[in-house]
Amino acid sequence: MVYSQRADGRKFDELRPIEAKVGVIKRADGSAMFKIGKTIALAAVYGPRALHPTFLRNPETGILRCNYNMLAFSGSGERVRPGPSRRSKELGLVIEKALSPVLDLRAFPDSVVDVYIELIQTDSGTRCAGITAAAMALADAGLPMRDLVAAVSVGLVGDKVVVDLNKEEEDYEEGATDVPIAMTSVDNKITLLQLDGNATKEQMKELLEYAKKACSKIHEIQKKALKDRFIVRR
Amino acid sequence: MGLLINDKEVVVPGEILATGMDYLPAYGTFREQDKIIAHYLGLVSITGRLIRLVPLRGRFIAKPGDVVIGRIANITMSNWFVDIGTPYEASLSMKDATSDFVERGSDLSQYFNIGELIITEITNVIKNKIIDLTMKGPGLRKLKGGRIIEVIPSKVPRIIGKQGSMISLVKDATNCRITVGQNGRIWISSEDPEKELVAIKAIQMIESEAHLEGLTDRIKEFLSGEVKHQE
Amino acid sequence: MVNEVKEYVDFLLNKNLRADGRKFDEYRKPIKIEYGISSKSAEGSARVIIGETEVVAGVKLAVDTPYPDTPDEGTIMVNVELLPLSNPDFELGPPPIDAIELSRVVDRGIRESKSIDFKKLCIKKGEKSWIVFIDIYPINDAGNLFDAANLAALAALKDTKYPKYEDGKVIYERTNKPLELENLPIACTLFKIGDKLLIDTTKEEESAADARLTVVTLEDGSIPAMQKGGEEPITPEEILKMIDISIDKGKELRKYFK
Repeated sequence: MVYSQRADGRKFDELRPIEAKVGVIKRADGSAMFKIGKTIALAAVYGPRALHPTFLRNPETGILRCNYNMLAFSGSGERVRPGPSRRSKELGLVIEKALSPVLDLRAFPDSVVDVYIELIQTDSGTRCAGITAAAMALADAGLPMRDLVAAVSVGLVGDKVVVDLNKEEEDYEEGATDVPIAMTSVDNKITLLQLDGNATKEQMKELLEYAKKACSKIHEIQKKALKDRFIVRR
Repeated sequence: MGLLINDKEVVVPGEILATGMDYLPAYGTFREQDKIIAHYLGLVSITGRLIRLVPLRGRFIAKPGDVVIGRIANITMSNWFVDIGTPYEASLSMKDATSDFVERGSDLSQYFNIGELIITEITNVIKNKIIDLTMKGPGLRKLKGGRIIEVIPSKVPRIIGKQGSMISLVKDATNCRITVGQNGRIWISSEDPEKELVAIKAIQMIESEAHLEGLTDRIKEFLSGEVKHQE
Repeated sequence: MVNEVKEYVDFLLNKNLRADGRKFDEYRKPIKIEYGISSKSAEGSARVIIGETEVVAGVKLAVDTPYPDTPDEGTIMVNVELLPLSNPDFELGPPPIDAIELSRVVDRGIRESKSIDFKKLCIKKGEKSWIVFIDIYPINDAGNLFDAANLAALAALKDTKYPKYEDGKVIYERTNKPLELENLPIACTLFKIGDKLLIDTTKEEESAADARLTVVTLEDGSIPAMQKGGEEPITPEEILKMIDISIDKGKELRKYFK
C-alpha cells in the first residue's frame, strides 16, 4: 500500500518539533538536552580526565568513551530493565564512532573524555538524538573539534522516502526501513550510517540527499543552542 | 570572500569564520582549503588579518610559567604529587620545594602535607602530561585557611583585568585576600564571610559576562550596591 | 592530612554561618516540582529541583502474581541509580551501596506510611496484582540527594495514572484513573557537623559531616521511617532535635505539592 500521508500530518521531509538546550547539568564539563518529537536525550561530558585502567591509555592522544542508556521509565511499553544491554553497548560504540572523527584530543595524551547519554523518553531516533546532544555537550566542554555532528533517522515507509521516522512509522505494517545518519556540517561527511530494512541504491541516493538537508537544519539548531548559552538575561 | 563573522562574536566548532586568503588562522582556528574554521566554542578576536579564538569553556591546559593553586594529593620518598586540575597530577620534587637540606628518608609531610593548598609555578610540561612544579619564586607559598572557588580557566585574564585592575576592584570593595590561579582556582579569605560571598558573586558575574561590553561598570555598580546593603 | 574544605566549613559553622549564606534550617532556592516530564512513556513522572540539585523519577506499572504471604496485595519496587551523568565521582556498573541505601530509605518511607494502599493494587486475589516500579535518577548532584530523591518519587507517584488492563494483559495506554496516595511521607535529612545540625547540605558540607539522620514525617507529625548514616554517633538529645526540625521542614516541603 502506498504511504500517502504521514500519520502525524508532517510533510515527508519535515522534522518533528525540536528543542535544544546547552549547559543543563552544572557539575558536568559540558552538557546538553536535545528533544525531537517525543524523544528526549540528555548528554553530559566529563573530561579530559585520568583514564583507568592504565592499559586503555593512548600516549598519543586522549580517547573518547560513550555510554548510552535508557531510563527505566523512558519506553512507552513495559519498564526497561536497568543496566547495559547488547543494544545499548552497540549504540555506545556507534555513537563513539560518530563523534570521534571530529574530536581532536591530541592535546590530552593518556586521558579520557567520557560522554554519558541518557534517554528520558523514547519515540524513535534515540541514537540520533543522543549523538546530536553529545556533539553539543562536547562543544560545551570546550574540547577542540573540527566540526559539529548532527544526526537524524531517514528511511522508507512503505515505498515513501521520509525524514525523522517516529515509532509508528518504524513499525509500519507494510514494512519500513530505518537509516540513522550522522553528518558533519562543513562538508557533509558521514560519521554514522546504519540501515535496518530494505533499500535500493537509488533510494539510498535520495535518502542521503534528504539526510543532508535535515542534518543541516539540525545543525543550525545546535549552533543556536550553543550560542544562546552565552546570552545573559538580567 | 572575506570575513563571515564579527569581532567578539561567539562561534561554534566547525563554524566558517572567513573565506579566501585575506585572513590568517591564528590560535584556535585552522584553515581548510580556502576556509578559516573555528576549532572550539569561543569568542572571535580579530587583529589586523589574524583571526584568533578566545576559548569560552574548557578545562585547564598547563603551560610553563603558569602560577596555579594546587592541592597536595600524594607524598612519596622524594616528591609530592599535586592536583592542579589537569587529568594527571603534577610533580613537586624535593629540590624544587625547599632550599633546606632534606635528609633522605625524612618525613616530607612536615613540609607539605596531603590536602594542603599551595600557590605554585609550573616549570616544565612534557607532552602535556608530565608537569613539574616549583615553590621557589616570589609569592609562591602555602595557603592557610580561606576557601577555593573554581572558574573556567580561560576567564582568568578577565577576572584579573589589565594589570590586576578588575580583581583589585573586588578586593578593595570586599576587603578580602584573593589569589587567582591560572588554573581557574581562586583562593578567597577574609574575616567576614558575608563579604566573601559578595566577592564570590562578583567573580562569578565576571566569569559569565567576560565576553560582554561594559562589564567593569556593572561590576563597580554591583559591588557598591552590595557594600551599601551590608552597611 | 589536611582537609581544607572541612576546616573552612567548621570555621564558618563556629560563627553560625554557612558557605552560601543560608541559615542552618534553610533550603536552597529555588525548589521546583515539575510533573509529567516523561508523560508519553511513564505512567507517572516528575522532576525535582532543590537549588542546583536536580533529580527525576518515573513510575511504571506492571501486573504479576502477588507474594504468597500477601495474596490480596500489590507492592512497590524502588530503584535509585546514581547516574555518572550527574556527578564526576559516580561510575558505571552495578549499584553501589549508596544507591541501595537511598532506594531502601525511599521505599521504607512510602511502604511504612501506607502511602499506597497495597490492597487497592490487587486485581484478582492470589493471581494478579499491580507492581508499582519507582525509578529515581539524579541528573545534577549538588548535595541532599535523600530529600530530593524522596520528593521526586512522591511527585512521580502523584502524577501516576493506571494503564489499561484488558483480558489479563496490560495495554500501555493512559486511563484517567489516578494512583491514589493516602498521604505524603516527606523526608528531611539533617547532617551533623560538630554540634551543629544542617538541612539541605551541599556536597562540601556533606564531606565535612560527622553523621546524618534522615527522618520521614507525615502530616500528623508521625514518623514512618528513619535512617542514620555516617561514621560518628549522635546523642539522643540531638536526635530529638533533628526530629523536631524534620517535622517542621516536612510541613514546609509538603506545601510544594499543593
